[in-house]
Order: sequence, then C-alpha cells, then structure tokens
Amino acid sequence: MDALLLARMQFAANISFHILFPTISIALGWMLLFFRSRWLATRDPAWLSAYRFWTKVFALTFALGVVSGITMSFQFGTNWPGFMERVGNIAGPLLAYEVLTAFFLEAGFLGIMLFGHGRVSERVHLLATFFVAFGTTLSAFWILALNSWMQTPAGHEVIGGEFHVRSWVEVIFNPSFPYRLMHVLLASALTVAFLLAGICAWQVLRGALNAATGKVLRVGLTLGAVLIPLQIFVGDLHGLNTLEHQPQKIAAMEGVWDTERGAPLLLFAWPDEAQRRNHFEVAIPRLASVILTHAADGEIQGLNQFRDQHPPVAPLFFAFRAMVGVGLLMLATSWLGCWLYRRCAWRPLSLPRWLLWGLAGMTFSGWVATIAGWYVTEIGRQPFIVYGLLRTADVASTQPASMIGFTLAMYVTLYLALIVSYVSVLAYMAQKAEGEAEGEAEADAEAAPGSAPRAGAGALAQGLAT
Amino acid sequence: MIWMDFDQMLPVIFMALMGLAMLIYVISDGYDLGVGMLLMSATDAQKDVLIASIGPFWDANETWLVLGIGILLVAFPKAHGVVLGALYLPVALMLIGLTLRGVAFDFRVKAKAQRKAMWDRLFFAGSALTAASQGWMLGRYVSGFGEGWNYPLFAAAIAVALPMAYVLLGATWLIMKTDGELQEKAVRWARIAWAPMVAGMVLISLATPWISATVRERWFTLPALIALLAIPLVTAVALLAVRAILNTRLVRGPLSWLPFVLLIGVFILGFLGLAYSIYPFVVIDRLTIWQAASSAAALKVILIGVAVSVPAIAGYTIFSYWVFRGKARELKYA
Repeated sequence: MDALLLARMQFAANISFHILFPTISIALGWMLLFFRSRWLATRDPAWLSAYRFWTKVFALTFALGVVSGITMSFQFGTNWPGFMERVGNIAGPLLAYEVLTAFFLEAGFLGIMLFGHGRVSERVHLLATFFVAFGTTLSAFWILALNSWMQTPAGHEVIGGEFHVRSWVEVIFNPSFPYRLMHVLLASALTVAFLLAGICAWQVLRGALNAATGKVLRVGLTLGAVLIPLQIFVGDLHGLNTLEHQPQKIAAMEGVWDTERGAPLLLFAWPDEAQRRNHFEVAIPRLASVILTHAADGEIQGLNQFRDQHPPVAPLFFAFRAMVGVGLLMLATSWLGCWLYRRCAWRPLSLPRWLLWGLAGMTFSGWVATIAGWYVTEIGRQPFIVYGLLRTADVASTQPASMIGFTLAMYVTLYLALIVSYVSVLAYMAQKAEGEAEGEAEADAEAAPGSAPRAGAGALAQGLAT
Repeated sequence: MIWMDFDQMLPVIFMALMGLAMLIYVISDGYDLGVGMLLMSATDAQKDVLIASIGPFWDANETWLVLGIGILLVAFPKAHGVVLGALYLPVALMLIGLTLRGVAFDFRVKAKAQRKAMWDRLFFAGSALTAASQGWMLGRYVSGFGEGWNYPLFAAAIAVALPMAYVLLGATWLIMKTDGELQEKAVRWARIAWAPMVAGMVLISLATPWISATVRERWFTLPALIALLAIPLVTAVALLAVRAILNTRLVRGPLSWLPFVLLIGVFILGFLGLAYSIYPFVVIDRLTIWQAASSAAALKVILIGVAVSVPAIAGYTIFSYWVFRGKARELKYA
C-alpha cells in the first residue's frame, strides 16, 4: 500500500476512535448539569444517584477523549505536514482558539466537577459543571468551523500557493458551518439519549435497577423521541446545502452516475466504479429528486460530470445508508418506547422484554450513525483536503510507508482493546450500581444505635456516629 | 540589540509562549508522570493515595502539551514538519504511553476489582514509556538531530535521565502531598532519583556546546560567561539544597513543600539555559524562528486569543490547586 493511503487510514483510525468520546461527553456534560439541577430543586435522591453514576461514565469518556485528542494534535502535523504550510494561516488560529478557550476550560474545571464536592460550595460546583459542559460544546464549535471551512471554503485568498484570511467572519461562518454544527450537536444529544436508555434497559434486564433507572430511562427515551425528528429535518437542510456546494458528494451518496431529472431513490445497489454503473438496484422512482430538490423532475448532477474530481462511490453510498438506517431505527424505537413506557405508567419493570433488549442493543447506535455520517462527509471531500482547492495527495507525509504501517498497527490494536474495555466496563458499572447503593444503605443501617457492628464501612460509620 | 518592529517581534513572542507552555507541561505532567512511575513501588492502599494526589490535575497538565505542540504547529509550521518528521517513531510511542496511562487512571477504579492490578501495571508502563520517549526526543532535539554513533547514545542517556528527573519531581510532590509511612517512602525514592537526574542535567549542559559551535560561542565568550555563570551556579546550589533537605527531619514536617519548589526552580533554570543556547533557532543551526514562522496576520489573531485566555487559564488553574490544597485525601465523586 502507498504512504498516502496509509496516512489517510491512520488519521481516519485516530479520528474515528476520538470522535466516539466527544460525541458522548458534549451532551452528557449538559445532562449532568440537568441531573444535578433536578437534585437541587427536588431533593429526590434518585437524581443524585443518577448524577453520581453518570459522572463516572463522564470521567471515563472524557479521559478517552483527551488522550485520543492529544494524538490528533500531533497527527495533524505528522500525517499532513503540507496542510499547515499551505492553510496554516486559517487552520492555525482556529485550532489555537479551540485549545485556549475550550480545552483548558474543560480540563481546568473537570477536577472540581468530579472531585470538588465538599470542598467548594454547591454553587461553585454547579458552575464548574457548567464550564465543563460549555467547554466541550465550544470545542465542537471551533473544530467544526475548521472542518466546515475545509468543505466549503470562504473568506480567504490564495497568494503564491498560501492561503490568507480575507474575512474571519466568512471563514468561521462559511456556508456549511451552521448546518454541520447543528447536525453534530444533535448527533451528540441522540447518542447520549440512546446511551442513557440502553444502559437503563440493561439494568432492568439484569435485575440491577436502582431508584434512578426509571427516571433516566424516561429522560433518554423522551430526549430521543423529541430530537430525532429535528435531526432528520436538520439533516435534510444539510443535504440541500451539500447539493448546492458539493454536488459530487451527493451524487456519490445517491449513486447517480449520469445527470438526470426525476432521479430515483436507491434503497439498495452495488456501485461499480470500474464500469461506472450500479448493480442490483432497488429503487423508488423520482424520490431522490423529490428529497433533494423538492421537485419531482428536479435535476441531480451525475458523477460523470466530475471525472477525477469525485470521491470513491461505494463507501459514501453505504455509509450514508447506514446513517439514515440507524436514524430511522432511532425514530421507531424512541417513539414506540415512549408510547409503551407511558402506557405502563413509567414503571420500567412493566416494559416488555423485547423492547428492553432492543434498547440495550441500541446503546451505542449513536456511535454507528455518527461514524457513518463522518465517513460520508469526510470521504465525500476527497480527493481534496480543502474542497476544490487543495488535494490531499499534495500535502501528505513523506514518511516511509513501512513506518506509517507499523505505527498504524500499534494504534489500531490499542484502540480496539480500549473500545472493548470501555464497553465492558460500562456494562459492569451499570450492573454494579445497585450493589454499591445497597452497601451504602447497609452502612447507614449499621450506624443506627443497637445494631451489631461488622467490619469495614459499618464499623467506621459506627465510630463516626458515636 | 537592534530594535525590531512588531511583525518581526511576533515569532519571538510565540517562541517564548511555546517555551512557556512546554516548561509548564514538563513541570506539571512531569510530577504526575513521576508519580505514575512510582506506582508499582507502593502498597495497594498507598497506590490509591498516589493516584488521589494527581487525580484532579493530570488532565489540565496534559493540555499544556497540546498547547505547546499546537503553537509549534500553528506558529512555526515548517519547523513542526522537520521536528515531528524526525521524531516520528518516538512521538508515536509517547502517544501510546500517554493514552495508556490516561485511560488506566480511570479504568483502574471502574473495572472489575480483579482487573485493577492490570490497569495499575498499564498506568506504570504508560508513564514510563511516555517519559522515556520524551527523554529520547529531548536528546535528539538538543543535538540537532545529528547522525553518527554518539548521537543515539546521547539520546539514550537522556531517555534514562528525564524519567529520573520526573521520578524525583514526583517523589517531592508526594513528600508535599502525603504524610506518615508513604511520605517516608517518598523521601527514599527522592534520594535514589537525585543522582541520575543531576547526571542527566550535566550531560545535556556539556553536550550541547560540544555538538554546536553556535552554542559554544554563546556561552564561552567573555564577559557574557561571567553573567551566564549564574545559571549553572544557582542550579547547582538548588540541587544540593534539595539533597541536603532530604536528609533532615524538616522535610517530613514544616518544609515538606521545599524540595518540590526548589526543583521547579531547577527546571526553570535548566529551561532558561537551554533557551539561551538555542535562540534564535527553532531547529539548531538549521531553521530560525523567522524562517519557520507563519504570517504576521495569523500570529496577531492568535495573540489576541492568548492575551485574553491565558490570564483566565492561570486564574482557574490556581483556583483548582487551591481547592485541592493540603495533603491528598481520598477522591470521591460528587
């Protein structure tokens, strides 16, 4: 394999691994703020227990996001040394602002948020939680501004091969930025919605439910049911924006080879780039034109108009269908779940087992949709690194292929092991939560006068009480 | 010195900022990497205290590395290519190490109890791998990425010395943050790590002028030499003071903070000496900061962000250290 492909695979492996964790921590930060506020407002211990459990999940997720993010900060330079030399005047300040305003904010207040209880006032603690949540979101703002600029560059001028900024407002608020930012933030919220619901369903299935389970399940299902229609709407707007600015990306997503009016929507096909046609098409007539142009005979430009300038077709075609498929599954599950849960008066134990298994199975469905969506947009930008202006091959690393291949193998092994650890530790924590709560309750009971002290926590509690 | 206009000053300002970020990184992540390398020498109960002493801070500590590398990337893109291209493999190893220790820190208390020992070992291994890779990189960088039998040997020596410097820093951090038996242990660890760290510093100080004529001229000309002599002299006094205090009983009492603070001073002086040797190069004898810098327009935009955010960062970092001041206590999630 050549060095360019290996460099791309290495970067893709890292960014795919990295995005899993911010996707959770962005929305989970706000969710923790919500849980904590509910606890302070209602003094219902269920909310405190929800806060405690999900704080641990947040800490673990955040750590994985930080370490994979550090790797990314190096790989920008090691894998694409030409990128910064050509586009540094634009990408540099955006990345610098992300580090200065967002990374330090979230990292600086994380310690107080996680471990500061009892050392700072409730108000300061809540404020620290807010800063962490705000920091994660601000980080998404800066990095998506840069990513969107690479997709739909604006506000710059090219002098002697180097990019210079003409207007920062146009660079940051470039044509695809508002849509992409909304799409990604909603993706984060949906990922967390299904994570909450999935873990709670798992707790019910394993007989490990606690006071928080029912409440958090309701939050997750409601959040999913409310946001998924909004996400489909925003996704449609994003698609229209892409059609306007990057028609070949849409052509690859839809598998359209020749420009046509009234293009059908392909439910399935096997795009064949050698023969430049599709095999095994299953299609609904005219629907692609209706969706993309909102007119039955709307024109969609075909890939053949962009010879040598369009992305690989099959990955986009399938990744797009994976994303939309998961989205539709989320719509069905969250609405059905909400309806059934309401019918059994929000009692999680009365929910049918098949629904619980379905929700548990979809715990990480947000990851699948997010990764598929990222592949659509990032592979869809190829063969360019800055759409239409700078080719990926022209900025690639000059490292020997063997070196990139060796480090790639190391990274991939590590990442796979860590994903397995993360998922299994989450499952373990979810089941353990009840035992812990019982332990605390026992300790309280043993502290009561008259009960015989045993070892450990009980004896300690007794000692403190007397 | 010839007066420079503001645009020409910008690369100097950014070199200073990058140096500052790297210095803060080396000191702050240095102590928590050091604590990581000491983990396996502690008993199981002490391990939790070791981790608790760095728990609220490690994340923010590592952000300084992102800032330092970020400035290299955005302010000196051409140097970034040369430096990270030459250090491709040790960078990858360091990143693997950083990843392992960052996640092991969280996994060790959240995974099944019987897995804790495995995550502890990974935390130790990740810390050691990170520190050794950084040492190797420092050795290669200060010797200008030279070729020949002696260069890898020099880098290997630094790859041993820098982890020892971190262990010393970590041990003195623990002297400050713990008490009782663990504190006595930390004093012993500090005594062991002292000599290798001093040897490493001497080695770097001798090797850089030996390798580069530019550096030699800067240091060994009169009258500059007399003024500059202050740096190695004060460093030596501080290091000897650290060693002396470690032998007294005061270190376990009212002066438990002193070795750590003195060592920070040593790191700052060492850094100043290195900066004086290298300036105005960003890669010794190859690339000056002006040759490597981005456009003045881009640097000005970043500088505005720096001017606004760095005081805020300093403010809430100090606040965080103040909140978690005193001896390390058990970490409990709120």
